[in-house]
Amino acid sequence: MADLAIRLRGAVKRYGAITAVDGLDLDVPEGTCVGLLGPNGAGKSTTMRLLTAQAIADEGELEVLGFRLPEESKAARVQCGVTPQLDNLDVTLTVEQNLLVFAHLYRIGRADRRDAIERSLRMAKLVDRRDSRVDKLSGGMRRRLLIARALIHRPRLVLLDEPTVGLDPQVRQELWALIDALRSEGTTILMSTHYIEEAQRLADTVMIMSHGKAVASGSPAELVIEHAGHEVLEVYGPPGRLVEVEAEAGAAGLRTRRTGTSVSILGVDGYGFDIDGERRRANLEDVFVLLTGEEIG
Amino acid sequence: MATVSSSPRRLGRLERPALTGVLVREVVNFSSYWRSSTFSSTVEPTIYLLAFGFGFGSLVSRVGGYDYVQFVGTGTVATAVLFSSAFPAMFGTFVKYKFQRTYDAILAAPVDTEELVTAEALWIATRAGVYGCVPMLVALAFGLDPAWGMLTVPLIAWVAGFGWACFGISVAGFANSFENFNYVVSAVLTPLFLVAGTFFPLDTLPGWAQFLGNLNPLYHCVELVRHAAFGFEGWPDLARLGALAAFGLFLWRIAIHAMTRKLID
Repeated sequence: MADLAIRLRGAVKRYGAITAVDGLDLDVPEGTCVGLLGPNGAGKSTTMRLLTAQAIADEGELEVLGFRLPEESKAARVQCGVTPQLDNLDVTLTVEQNLLVFAHLYRIGRADRRDAIERSLRMAKLVDRRDSRVDKLSGGMRRRLLIARALIHRPRLVLLDEPTVGLDPQVRQELWALIDALRSEGTTILMSTHYIEEAQRLADTVMIMSHGKAVASGSPAELVIEHAGHEVLEVYGPPGRLVEVEAEAGAAGLRTRRTGTSVSILGVDGYGFDIDGERRRANLEDVFVLLTGEEIG
Repeated sequence: MATVSSSPRRLGRLERPALTGVLVREVVNFSSYWRSSTFSSTVEPTIYLLAFGFGFGSLVSRVGGYDYVQFVGTGTVATAVLFSSAFPAMFGTFVKYKFQRTYDAILAAPVDTEELVTAEALWIATRAGVYGCVPMLVALAFGLDPAWGMLTVPLIAWVAGFGWACFGISVAGFANSFENFNYVVSAVLTPLFLVAGTFFPLDTLPGWAQFLGNLNPLYHCVELVRHAAFGFEGWPDLARLGALAAFGLFLWRIAIHAMTRKLID
């Protein structure tokens, strides 16, 4: 089995009466992309902060790249790159100056600094904007710069906290291509997201989190088959009819989920229901809603 | 069974690469706002110098054995140090962690809070060391006699500036909003600024006020700068320098504690 880039055992983080991370176990093998998928407040960002020791766990064992946290966190961070959920670029500096600052912070030697900055500019497709102030960039450019900044020192492990949140679909596709290229190069990635498609497209393994706990883990395909089967029957109708459909499916031992004006009956693969509905392939969204009880944001 | 890849190794405290990284960020940033910062940090104490020195100085010719313009000219060095250290440290630190999230970005790199605070304080102290000299240069232009001791003024301003920078960072670390700064400015900085021997000698005050004045680090900065211009007093001045250094070291640890509390959950 591959070496582990991240290993969490029973990690707990409390903020007063709120338990943000509740006994989390997490393994991220080197060279893989693991997606933490969960609704807002599931504990994804807190987990990310635990991994950079910007939050200290109340209980549990945490290791990143073989370094124990929080004691040896600084040594681990030399080999990590972090893209935060909220933009924290220096907006009054230029693109190149932002990269220069982080080339120093990530201890890139003088001889390699120029190459590292040029490589990051190319990766972020910002060569032509190197002298632009960050506050003059579009949202997508700023996101690309954030990712390039995290990669300037060629880290072994990249932590991406909601990398495409709030971006339009076209920009999101661009960033997915960037992350996918990174994954192809063998960089280990831990990515938190609440976008189903993002997790499905990019992650080798998805861990679904809810209320600070891992409620399921596996490859997207495995999760779908295990929790939602191959096929789903989507039934539309008035509220009274939907209640009847739920009762009927329940009697047959099948799980259902409400999606606004319809009921989805999961795992109908071998059943010949006498119910009018639309059959479709089960997907990760079915699993997500089933396990977290949350609609997609 | 999966194994973890590399052997654990702990990095040291106050590492040069980490301090350099934070300082580089400050220097690069400074290139974008040095004009306004230099303007506010030098013009304000210079106005005090001109207003008190030539306004009040027309009524009072000599104070404490010195020409009043020279008395104020040397005293306002400490004012410049205070204005260019405590205030930028308070507001700058608060903005960087609360609104710009700059410190979140830095702490995700191999930098810890102790290094972050230390580098920030060193940078602000360096600026204070430079800006602190401006009123003295103005006073020189208005007739203050040059003295070799004046070459130590940047160092005195740096040591005092480090303490006040740490004071400002500490305040920002404990504050929950900008409004909290009003209490500190009104109840702490303004009295310290006024009772520092800048505009009038402390020995004109009641005994209890003189005693409190001696606890004021700004007073010791004023005295050191004045003695740098007019002649050092030996051991008493070394004790003053020691007091400023102790003030800086104490506030440095407080600032690290306050910012760790604020930045690390």
